[in-house]
Amino acid sequence: MTESVALELTGLKLPVERGCPFAPPSAYERLREQAPINKIHLTSGGEAWWVSGHEEGRAVLVDPRFSSDKRKDGFPLFMLDAATLRQIRSQPPLMLGMDGAEHSAARRPVIGEFTVKRLAALRPRIQDIVDHFIDDMLAADRRPVDLVQALSLPVPSLVICELLGVPYTDHDFFQSRSTMMLRRTSSEDRLRAFAELRAYIDDLVTRKESDPGDDLLSRQIARQRRQGTLDHAGMVGLAFLLLTAGHETTANMISLGVLGLLSHPEQLAVVKADPGRTPMAVEELLRYFTIADGVTTRLATEDVKIGGVSIKAGEGVIVSTLSANWDPAAFKDPAELDVERGARHHIAFGFGPHQCLGQNLARMELQIVFDTLFRRVPTLRLAAPAGDLPFKTDSVVYGVHELPVTW
Amino acid sequence: MMRIKADSDLCVGSGQCVLTEPAVFAQDDDGIVALLTDHPDDQSARQAHHAVTLCPSRALSILQE
Repeated sequence: MTESVALELTGLKLPVERGCPFAPPSAYERLREQAPINKIHLTSGGEAWWVSGHEEGRAVLVDPRFSSDKRKDGFPLFMLDAATLRQIRSQPPLMLGMDGAEHSAARRPVIGEFTVKRLAALRPRIQDIVDHFIDDMLAADRRPVDLVQALSLPVPSLVICELLGVPYTDHDFFQSRSTMMLRRTSSEDRLRAFAELRAYIDDLVTRKESDPGDDLLSRQIARQRRQGTLDHAGMVGLAFLLLTAGHETTANMISLGVLGLLSHPEQLAVVKADPGRTPMAVEELLRYFTIADGVTTRLATEDVKIGGVSIKAGEGVIVSTLSANWDPAAFKDPAELDVERGARHHIAFGFGPHQCLGQNLARMELQIVFDTLFRRVPTLRLAAPAGDLPFKTDSVVYGVHELPVTW
Repeated sequence: MMRIKADSDLCVGSGQCVLTEPAVFAQDDDGIVALLTDHPDDQSARQAHHAVTLCPSRALSILQE
């Protein structure tokens, strides 16, 4: 199968509204049934390869012949407008936009902060944080409560603040800016939010350089100093990436995970009956919602043959992690939320060398939140029909803006 | 008997292997994969195999089933 099928998907904008409202749009399924890799038209103009298949998606993301460098001509920046693109190109690249040895040099110094063992040591503190916000929620004299504000946002926000050494008192500031950056609203607003957040983080890194604390950023600065390679701009980029990636995504997964379980009482009952099943349930919820869809874009730097399709050097590739995670070849009956299915091979965190650095921190936060919330508030229920909730159809990362709950 | 290999140059420290079969895989202080044994016993073989398929950077391989 070497013929590409040019499909008119000119209306496609990601993330797209999901049916029912959890399932991927029907266009995803149509495309995947046609072929695991299709050529599509982009709303921003031009064409790109759309990878729907799980096996093919993993093959692309692990292959070094596909570049992540967004500054390269032809890179499929279909979610970005021209102004944002110019801004990306004017800044030193974040780890996300690097390839090969450069990427490895940026990522390697940081992965020691996220080992399974290091994270296990954080567990008691994260448990305290979760209990604290649930205490506050239970003490509220009014119901329903918006779970997004009461739990989903503050937990990962405080966790990442403590890890990085960012004052939590500033969380309103960086939370609002990073939410704005991910929104598909006016590019002016986005660019301003980006600039303000960047300036804040630049100042924070400068303070840590002169007055280090016991935190990740200070340790990275000390490490660079020992090697005689203190790179202020690189450190600002790292802090920026960790702070923004570290709370918004996890927050969305907390909200959607609670919503998913409350909407599938038989699945929730399975989790409640045995907390040992929570890690497996978390994997299934990550698969089912795949909140960061379409962010795994690449540019072929050589001619590559994948899944029977010839991709030419200079062509753009979009791996739809959502479509891949609903590929029946990898997940039987993908539309079923089945917390016992064993979904570890999902690619909600991506795949290849760029796979989410903070994935195991996210896993732990989600496990602790779900276990603790449903144990302490066993009668928790939605205070509005799931279909009426304001889903984040206007944002790069899927989620809900509000999740009214009562008990 | 199963034999596995870990390529520390390819490792990106995702920790998938440690989560999957901690009797076989560990991470050093820098987050890089360290094999506790390269000959998983029968009890660990299935999970070790699963870990190899989950590794996002294909740093793990099975030399012998």
